[in-house]
Amino acid sequence: MSALRRPGTMLAFVFLAVLLLAAAWPSLFSATDPNSADIQQTLSPPSAEHWFGTDQNGRDLYARVIAGVRLSLLIGVAASALALVAGTVIGVLAAQGGRATNTVVNRLLDILLSIPGLLLVLLVIAVLGAGTWETILGVALITTPGYARVVRGEVIRIRGAVFLEAAATLGWSRPQIVLRHLVPNALGPVLVLATIGSGTAISIGSALSFLGLGPQAPTAEWGAMLSSSRDYFTVAWWPAIFPGLAITATVLAITVAGQFLQLRLEGRAPR
Amino acid sequence: MTSLVEVENLHVGFGKVHAVRGVSLRVAAGQSVAIVGESGSGKSVTARSLLGLAGRGSTVRADRLEIDGVDACGLPEGKWRRIRGRRVGFVLQDALVSLDPARTVGAEIGEVLRTHGTVPRADVDSRVVELLREVGVPEPEARAAQYPHQLSGGLRQRALIASAIAAGPALLIADEPTTALDVTVQAQILQLLAARKATGTALLLISHDLAVVSSVADHVLVMKDGVFVEQGPTRAVLENPQHPYTRQLLAAVPVAHARGTRLSPSAGENVAQPRPVIGTDVVLAANNLVKTFALPGHQSVKAVDDVSLELRASETLGVVGESGSGKTTVARLLLGLERPDQGTVSVDGAPWSASAAKEQRELRRRIQVVYQDPLSSFDPRYPVHRIVAEPLAVAGVPRAARRERVAELLGQVGLDADVLGRRPGQLSGGQRQRVAIARALAPRPRVIICDEPVSALDVSIQAQVLDLLADLQAQLGVSYVFISHHLGVIYHVSDRVLVMKDGRVVESGDVEQIFHHPSHEYTRALLAAVPTLDGLAVRPRQSSEVAG
Amino acid sequence: MSVTLAVAGSNRSAVRAAGFALLRRAGAALVVVWGAVTLTFVALHLIPGEIVDALIGTTRVSPEVRARIISDYSLDQPLLAQYLHYVGRLLQGDLGQSYSQGMPVSTLIGQQAGSTFALMGAGIGFALVTSVVVAVATANRPRWFRGPAVGVEVLSLAVPSFWLGILLLTVFSFQLHWFPAIGANGFNGLVLPAISLGLAPAAMLSQVLRQGLERVLEEPFVVTARARGVRPALVLMRHALRHAVLPVITLAGWLVGAFVSGAVVIESVFSRQGLGRLTSAAIGQRDFPTVSAIVLIAALVYIVVNLLIDVVYPLIDPRLREPAS
Repeated sequence: MSALRRPGTMLAFVFLAVLLLAAAWPSLFSATDPNSADIQQTLSPPSAEHWFGTDQNGRDLYARVIAGVRLSLLIGVAASALALVAGTVIGVLAAQGGRATNTVVNRLLDILLSIPGLLLVLLVIAVLGAGTWETILGVALITTPGYARVVRGEVIRIRGAVFLEAAATLGWSRPQIVLRHLVPNALGPVLVLATIGSGTAISIGSALSFLGLGPQAPTAEWGAMLSSSRDYFTVAWWPAIFPGLAITATVLAITVAGQFLQLRLEGRAPR
Repeated sequence: MTSLVEVENLHVGFGKVHAVRGVSLRVAAGQSVAIVGESGSGKSVTARSLLGLAGRGSTVRADRLEIDGVDACGLPEGKWRRIRGRRVGFVLQDALVSLDPARTVGAEIGEVLRTHGTVPRADVDSRVVELLREVGVPEPEARAAQYPHQLSGGLRQRALIASAIAAGPALLIADEPTTALDVTVQAQILQLLAARKATGTALLLISHDLAVVSSVADHVLVMKDGVFVEQGPTRAVLENPQHPYTRQLLAAVPVAHARGTRLSPSAGENVAQPRPVIGTDVVLAANNLVKTFALPGHQSVKAVDDVSLELRASETLGVVGESGSGKTTVARLLLGLERPDQGTVSVDGAPWSASAAKEQRELRRRIQVVYQDPLSSFDPRYPVHRIVAEPLAVAGVPRAARRERVAELLGQVGLDADVLGRRPGQLSGGQRQRVAIARALAPRPRVIICDEPVSALDVSIQAQVLDLLADLQAQLGVSYVFISHHLGVIYHVSDRVLVMKDGRVVESGDVEQIFHHPSHEYTRALLAAVPTLDGLAVRPRQSSEVAG
Repeated sequence: MSVTLAVAGSNRSAVRAAGFALLRRAGAALVVVWGAVTLTFVALHLIPGEIVDALIGTTRVSPEVRARIISDYSLDQPLLAQYLHYVGRLLQGDLGQSYSQGMPVSTLIGQQAGSTFALMGAGIGFALVTSVVVAVATANRPRWFRGPAVGVEVLSLAVPSFWLGILLLTVFSFQLHWFPAIGANGFNGLVLPAISLGLAPAAMLSQVLRQGLERVLEEPFVVTARARGVRPALVLMRHALRHAVLPVITLAGWLVGAFVSGAVVIESVFSRQGLGRLTSAAIGQRDFPTVSAIVLIAALVYIVVNLLIDVVYPLIDPRLREPAS
């Protein structure tokens, strides 16, 4: 099944390519400095000069949205990549490590999962302070247990599969079978989860900066921009709309792309 | 003779696929008709069209489609529902998945009664019990309150049949009703269906198994690629087949007189299959194997109880038994996948079961396996060339040399080089099994354990694979331990046979001896239960035996 | 052995086995709760700075007052002693005194909990009802019917809940004046927050449920049911729904956590009273007893939900009921 035959998926991949470009070379998209404030033009509506209008400090909103692309993608990708690696290691340990390791790791995962995500992140931010890398660590921390669980579940499910037994009859040793056959096949679902998860990470990251706990001002972060727009939206709708649209569009594109990958993967899933 | 079912020129299509291309059939009241064909022939679709359940996205048209007097051409869904269950009953294979696992057997049967209101509400429960008794379920009151997974395979299938006949339909359609069952249970279910026929219910049986068909049907229709290639009274078609496909099908069935000949069409019919001379050296030996498994609740089951066997070079040892007989566990012990609690296995004279993992791995290349479902034995990510080359990778053969050997192996199993880059999921069942055999041959083993290698294949493909295995044995001198529940196949391939029941070997010896002069009563029961092709018996019937 | 005797015997051993299983779960649950509380203790004491300074805030106090605060709250004791002290009191059911508010934590939470639970309840209710209705209505339908529903679901999952809240407020509160805007109580005040909170979970539940339904509708036992002449609606309700609901129930544990997290954000957007505000303030003030009590409650809820899942599962799928088949 080809991506080319599904317009929605095609669109999502194209949009993601555009986003990556905007993250790497923001100047391609906007020549204005996102932090330069023009006091004469605070809260002016969208116009030819300011495509998305200006915010309460007179900064060009379009430039700030573009600047936010790099930050959001960074948070999304870094957090889910971290969680993926940590989750895989923990998940494999939890499934294969022997009775004692199994119990200990499972209890630890349960403990982490029992605390609602946002509370945990709030605690982490409180300890580490607010900022970009702290956000990444916090989001990674709350998504890791979920990934670990998925990996553990897959490993347990595949453990009894015939093709692993067949590999044993060929003469591979146990560690060789785990590395060559078990882990690569167990990774499928969690890889898809991590792809879609980078969208979720962006969402959580923007929620955090909405609460004031993410990357600090004057960094252009979409959630923070939405938060400050609250004070003004009776008079200016554009600061409340465009950053939100940006978050939605980004997460949407990542999700659609991830779901397409999932369909491709299902054709190859071990029974 | 009024026809219960009159179908003329039925066409069923799914988008571009034309599954049924103009079939006509007639079923008279009280008659039993069978549609025989392999997978993809369109037999199931035909049967389901008689219920308006051809499937999603199907277009059905016919010149005539009459069911129990009702004109069903272009019938709206609401009117179909009055036919389903009430005038026509439907039985699928494998009651474990064909009955709702979350509802009791009694509720499932009762659903029919309640839907059609054939019995007043208050009497539904007692009628359910009566029906269960009618189909031969012991302790029907207790069984009605149980769930499908709590019943044995045979009882489940009886319950499924009970739900199909509950509203007293004039026609019963059964789609492979015995395929998931053991031979002895299958015989009982076929008896049940024959008994229903005696009460005046017409039967339309769909099957791939000619022997099953011959024991139940009056009239048989042979289907291939959406059309009926031959039809007629059962005896006539089976004894005197006209169409080449029918003849090919019949020739492919491993029956008694076919032993020693090729099953698949090659240079004509009844071509002899050269058998190798059996060597004297013992390539595989097992002594007094015992294996016990623990069950939850502090219980245990002895899966293998004192099993011994010997296999010589170029020999085929058949292991036959029903489910629960322990034959699969024996295979796993022979392969070293489990260690026996007692007893030893030795490969080529070298100790096998007793040695440490590392030594075992060295010997692994001498004993390989072919599974029933090849697809599940392959790493889903691997294309064919990687699968076949994997044993070479284990042995440390450098990449360049592997390609040559893989090409050689593909040639040996009769596959073209163009399958190399494909994934097993894209291949047919027969091709996949050939890939599995190629992989097994790669390390030049002495023994190949074949665990139900043809049970999941169509009859004609099965014939090809069996011939291939025989050819390979003649060429390479490899020995087989051939495990199967199908007596005909075992008779065809084996030199010696082990009959297993409940973990023990009840009888063993030369295949002709065991099949013609069985000494243990279980062996006799097994042989008696096998449905025979009329006049072409799997085993010759003695005068003292009664036809099944 | 007759069936009835066998059933009775296996029932007795099944009860015994279930009893042991329950004890083991209770033990694990205790470990989890203890772990959560300990984690919170460690986290709050890792926060840079002195607790007493966080409590005092920006007011200037004399050294004597400062010393008195320290001794009042036993802040000069070694950490381990403080920890054991706290756990000891917990076991007696005493949640302690809030450092910053100077009142028993239980009272503090009691004041704020009602509003949060109301919000969560409304959100969960909205999510459940919507997802079931949409999934049942769109399962196995032709593309043109299903398509829009799937599209809306994917969109709902991408929209940040706080942005949705802002949008809803703008349109329905400020422009149309249908619903009250800020800090309102009562049913009307719950509508917009409940929708903002519940829409994304509703979309996820709907997807999972629909996929489950469509998978189940392909199963042989559904074909058998249809072959009996049962109406499609009944086939869905009686046979399919029960099996499709299982993966949804598995999600319940995760879902509760997501609702709690979501509630914190939504309370901020709609300026509602509740545990969300209380928690962020308490963390900021390093008010350990309060934060710990909230974490404790959250962990307990999570455990209870998971226990309920384990109980409900065998009720729905009889195959899971017996230890041995």
